[in-house]
Amino acid sequence: MGILEVKDVSKRFGGLRALSDVNLSIAEGALHAIIGPNGAGKSTLLNVLVGKLLPDTGSVTFAGQSVLGRQPHQINQMGIARVFQTPEIFGALTVLENVLIPCFAKRDGAYRLHALEAVRDETAINAQAEAMLVDVNMQDKRHMLAGSLSRGDKRRLEMAMCLVQEPRLLLLDEPTAGMARADTNNTIDLLKQIKATRPVTMVIIEHDMHVVFSLAERITVMAQGTPLVEDIPARIKGNPKVQEAYLGTAHA
Amino acid sequence: MFRLDRQDAGLLVFVAVITLFAPILLNPFAEGSAMAQFNAGYPDLMQRFVIFAIFAIGFNILFGLTGYLSFGHAAFLGIGSYSAVWMFKLLSMNVIPAVLFSVIVAGVFSLVIGYVCLRRSGIYFSILTLAFAQMSFSLAYSVLTPITNGETGLQLSLSDPRVLDGKTTTGALPETNLFGVAMNDTLSVEALGRVWQFSAGYYFCAVLMLIAFYISIRIFRSPFGMMLRAVKSNQQRMRFTGLNTRPYALAAFVISGMYAGLAGGLMAAMDPLAGADRMQWTASGEVVLMTILGGAGTLLGPILGSGFIKYFENIFSKINDTILHQWFAFLPDGLENFVVAVIYPFVGKGWLLTLGMLFMLVVIFLPGGLIEGAQRLRKLFARTPTGAADRRAPASKPAE
Ligand SMILES: Nc1ncnc2c1ncn2[C@@H]1O[C@H](COP(=O)(O)OP(=O)(O)O)[C@@H](O)[C@H]1O
Ligand SMILES: [Mg+2]
Repeated sequence: MGILEVKDVSKRFGGLRALSDVNLSIAEGALHAIIGPNGAGKSTLLNVLVGKLLPDTGSVTFAGQSVLGRQPHQINQMGIARVFQTPEIFGALTVLENVLIPCFAKRDGAYRLHALEAVRDETAINAQAEAMLVDVNMQDKRHMLAGSLSRGDKRRLEMAMCLVQEPRLLLLDEPTAGMARADTNNTIDLLKQIKATRPVTMVIIEHDMHVVFSLAERITVMAQGTPLVEDIPARIKGNPKVQEAYLGTAHA
Repeated sequence: MFRLDRQDAGLLVFVAVITLFAPILLNPFAEGSAMAQFNAGYPDLMQRFVIFAIFAIGFNILFGLTGYLSFGHAAFLGIGSYSAVWMFKLLSMNVIPAVLFSVIVAGVFSLVIGYVCLRRSGIYFSILTLAFAQMSFSLAYSVLTPITNGETGLQLSLSDPRVLDGKTTTGALPETNLFGVAMNDTLSVEALGRVWQFSAGYYFCAVLMLIAFYISIRIFRSPFGMMLRAVKSNQQRMRFTGLNTRPYALAAFVISGMYAGLAGGLMAAMDPLAGADRMQWTASGEVVLMTILGGAGTLLGPILGSGFIKYFENIFSKINDTILHQWFAFLPDGLENFVVAVIYPFVGKGWLLTLGMLFMLVVIFLPGGLIEGAQRLRKLFARTPTGAADRRAPASKPAE
């Protein structure tokens, strides 16, 4: 029984079957990659997992509890964090504040009114946020507005915001899309380091095969809303079904 | 100081000094001089400055921090006024219970209205708040006349119970007071060949304004304030960070409603009368203008914006053609008439035209309001010396 169990999940958008009978089991502590051509339904699947979309049928359980029907903030509090395909950060706030907010969220839950305390007096939380920025090597940019960061830095920041919550499950939607090679390699190193130092389960959606094969322990290949194969990376490379559905076109 | 950092403490002291010395600072022109009518330091106007500053400071906590633009906040102002007058009628002419009651009642109303309106965001939220305020306005004129006294407005009367004060014996309406000090008391001091007037009512409002300002600074610097800015910046990210945005926005809505209630209560404390016109949409629009003109989301902006608009409304609007002719009397007659004719539409009754243009210029060129303008000016002057130093630097190198 994995930490995340997806059973027979289907989702239609009008006539389009974005997800059809998806079954997926993610083992606790795994680094699981989901690959597949554009429009395969990967992001839609994540949207279902984090409560952004309600599937038409099927069930999703996380650590034994059903996820469906809960609000996004409740699902996050169960321990699921997500890095989006296009960075979702607080553009009008500073980098440090961006990391402080998940720290407060983790400590206080969904809502607490501390209207007459000062952010700067919260020394423990500040230390936690600063340490996180050091981990992602962004401490020099802590007073910059997050909206003015480069795309790569926004991604790193978003990852830091998710990590500082110490989620049990981290979902990454194409974390290296649009990044330069050097940035991509930094991200790979960062993810490896996270994997080595934290007890987090990761699901990574990725287009870049270099990233996938340097990180993933297991790979699920999706096409047209259904998982085709799931296996260890070494066997995925040689699988003819995968060649046909994905690698064939990508490596053509 | 008061758990503020140095910069914020400096800001608070600055505002405190300006407000406490306003009766002097706003009266720069000698009595009887041609310019004396531009003195803004008379009690009635100064009271309005600080009362509207409270209104705008509160509005800024909602709009400036969370980005939710309410077009109905005058409803809470009106509710505050009615509540205060009822306190004067039923309980006591002391302003303390009246002001407290107006804050509480406005808070309760804003909780209900905010709860409903915050189910939507953006323009739909604005329309909902506007609808609520217009509804309150019409109700005050119709169904609720037993409470609001309809078009006449709610007033004091000799037959009011005023249980704490007991019956008046003088046969005149009692005055609002703070433990015996009447709000319309003024202390006249003769100095420097002039008479300076210090109004008790003004200082009462000013102290409350300073407290309101202090609380707003604390809110801006608090984790709660940071969450409110996050609501404005990216609600999606907030939700996926485990935070429920609704209670944050609602808390901001209620706080700003209470500020509006306080402002309304103070209006009634200065002049014990409440009418439904205080709830009209124009009054709601005015506080939006004040906040944006001064600088939404800045600490000082709302104070500056409300002062600016109230000054325009009361002083700038007094410039008539006689005054203009006096000013330009030094020009040859034909030219004088021409200049006066050109300027005239923009002053006096045309003050709204000037204010409107100013507002457009600010929105287009200074999205951060007058405060942004001031900051840019300061940077401009701050840069000149460093710029000069930069220019000197390469010149000094060869000399070494
Ligand atoms: N909210 C939506 N409404 C309608 N169609 C959608 C929506 N979200 C995704 N789709 C469609 O569902 C399919 C799967 O999209 P997506 O999950 O984003 O694919 P990808 O695997 O590239 O992440 C695409 O054809 C997309 O156009
Ligand atoms: Mg996608």
